Amino acid sequence: MDKILLSHGGGGKLTRKLEELYLTYFENEKLRELDDGAIFDGYAISTDSFVVNPIFFPGGDIGKLSVCGTVNDLVSMGAKPVYLSLSFILEEGFLIQDLERILWSIRKTCDEAGVEIVTGDTKVVERGKGDGIYINTTGIGKVLMPELSRERIKPGDLILVNGPVGMHGISVMVAREKLGIEGKIESDCAPLTFLLSLPPGVQFMRDPTRGGVASVLNEVVKGMEWGVVLYQEQIPVTPEVSGVCELLGIDVLTVACEGRMLLFVEREKADEVLQGMRRHPLGKESTIIGEVVDEPGVVLLKTPFGTHRRIEPPPGESLPRIC
Amino acid sequence: MCLGVPMKIKKIEGKTGIAELSGIEREVALDFVPDVKVGDWVIIHAGYAIQVLDEEDALETLRLLEEAFRVSGKVQGQ
Amino acid sequence: MYLERFRDSEILSGLAEKIKKYRFDRAINFMEVCGTHTVQIHRYGLKDVLPPNVRHISGPGCPVCVTPQRYIDLACAYADEGFLIVTFGDMLRVPGTRSSLEKKKAEGGKVEVVYSSRDAVLLAEKNRDEKILFLAIGFETTAPGIAATIREARERNLKNFWVLPGNKLVPPALEALLTSDVKIDGFLLPGHVSTIIGRKAYLFLEGRVPSVIAGFEPVDILYGIDILFSLIKDGRCEVLNAYGRAVREEGNEPAQEIMYSVFEVCDSEWRGLGKIEHSGLSLKDEWKDFDVTERFPVDIPEPVEHPGCRCGDVLQGKLTPPECPLFGKACTPENPVGPCMVSTEGSCSAYYKYG
Repeated sequence: MDKILLSHGGGGKLTRKLEELYLTYFENEKLRELDDGAIFDGYAISTDSFVVNPIFFPGGDIGKLSVCGTVNDLVSMGAKPVYLSLSFILEEGFLIQDLERILWSIRKTCDEAGVEIVTGDTKVVERGKGDGIYINTTGIGKVLMPELSRERIKPGDLILVNGPVGMHGISVMVAREKLGIEGKIESDCAPLTFLLSLPPGVQFMRDPTRGGVASVLNEVVKGMEWGVVLYQEQIPVTPEVSGVCELLGIDVLTVACEGRMLLFVEREKADEVLQGMRRHPLGKESTIIGEVVDEPGVVLLKTPFGTHRRIEPPPGESLPRIC
Repeated sequence: MCLGVPMKIKKIEGKTGIAELSGIEREVALDFVPDVKVGDWVIIHAGYAIQVLDEEDALETLRLLEEAFRVSGKVQGQ
Repeated sequence: MYLERFRDSEILSGLAEKIKKYRFDRAINFMEVCGTHTVQIHRYGLKDVLPPNVRHISGPGCPVCVTPQRYIDLACAYADEGFLIVTFGDMLRVPGTRSSLEKKKAEGGKVEVVYSSRDAVLLAEKNRDEKILFLAIGFETTAPGIAATIREARERNLKNFWVLPGNKLVPPALEALLTSDVKIDGFLLPGHVSTIIGRKAYLFLEGRVPSVIAGFEPVDILYGIDILFSLIKDGRCEVLNAYGRAVREEGNEPAQEIMYSVFEVCDSEWRGLGKIEHSGLSLKDEWKDFDVTERFPVDIPEPVEHPGCRCGDVLQGKLTPPECPLFGKACTPENPVGPCMVSTEGSCSAYYKYG
């Protein structure tokens, strides 16, 4: 009998299969979009659960992550996050001290993002029935950029990112000491509300979380009349992240980010948008990494010496390999 | 078949050492490179150093290739 | 650092132009033996630079791909017996007859992924009440490390550490390929296997087939292909080393000594190639107490292979992956039927991913 595998949660093709299953039960116009949230009457709603292990990692913790994840999903829909709900599932024996540390981090991140926690819930499960702490947040945001839509993207548009990719996923992987890797790799985890006040020209935004840039771009091009090409040497990656990826044989494009956004921008306005992004501390390292091309449904990478290859979504969780 | 990554040896303690690659470090086993010195570049496979890189050989190969193919005519010195 | 120059785009373009211009008066098949070469060739789009009548075929150099189904079935059986299975990440999704280690894990089996075989010994030391089973797979590159790990387990006096022997040797497989009915005009030989065994281990190829040992940076691969093509063109059946910075004539002798202090050569079953004489490694008598099959024998049903799976033909270069009827249909990376699709460096997976 088929069972749920970790890969079902990896953001790859098995995740897509689960989504199809959900759709067979809850088919409706909004859900069919399989977006990170839904828009209604000028507001957007989005929800996300957080089960990261370890709960504290360089550059963040599960609390900060639980705010950023939902906030960034709202931002990607062009909505300014206003209210959040906050639910905990705590395991018997979890340290109150750790909970307070997480609450403090949630508070700081909410202040940074300009959102308020207005409701919540707590459940405690028996020891052994949970992994310390799980968090769910649901957010409501006011739509400021109603024009954002995948339908507006056209060949010639450029693809921008607000900083180096893969830092969150690699930081968490390294923080799990089992790999024995030491290095200063901080998660990119951050709330990206500043992207709501950029100069005009943005057509569409998507945050490359689970499954990384590879997964998200493959979702975006699905069923479209166009495709995308990324330029390998333009994609920002820190030396440390690229080192870990080489050592473990992992493709950085499949690694999760939690403070990065891919923006599809009209070519003529890209420069202004880019300058706008760079004025904010969380966008200092923004760059143009690719463009939309006239080839339906492809996601290609152009290597520095002119050859191309397809970028495929990862089949599941990224694992260290020897081959 | 075998992912091997060049890393630089930073520290040696008996049969193990610390190897570094662009700011990240890992403990590696040095059983197969008894003559390795701090500062050497080695190939790491699955946590074991399997050879010390021969820099002279690498530079000679690069010199040949640069002479043959560098359109700009610039050959990098070492 | 000079190593970056092995990715230099100007050198690469120059090499690519040169390779594109080779002309052969007959169809040429060259085999990259090593799966990591296969991945790099696809990843960097290097097959775009091959001249018209040249075909690259992917060889059996992916340890995951050539591991017989029986081995996976055994590993799953030990997971059922309560062993903590410690493995390289590559093995997790490989399908056995009824299950895979990833599925065993989902069912509550204990499976841990490590980066180094040594980590398995460190795990065994920390968890003395667990029975630790390390899956000993890989070629000559990996086997010395596993041998050193087993020696360390004895030094640390661990009584809860075993391995499932499955290591394989490359040269006997090359010999088997040469005597099969696949036409091979040249070998691109595996760089890191050669780091251990040295150029001298391939002398049996001299006078028979042009062969070049190549490294793994894009420049290394094109440089190796360039030399290989010039050998083929001139009809020179020599074995040359284009990865001198990591490969010596004699290989790495301390590594060979440690490997053969623990292992001895045995016949071995290769998925797709069948049984090849002297192509595997088993534990020597004085190390047999680390062999889980000796200490805890288990009975498993005869493995049943998927009837449509053509991995065997793919591994021998008789078929390119898209020619297999299951390719991309019944067999995809997230739902692999055969091992060539599951391993990141398997040729089917590389064809599927990078097109």
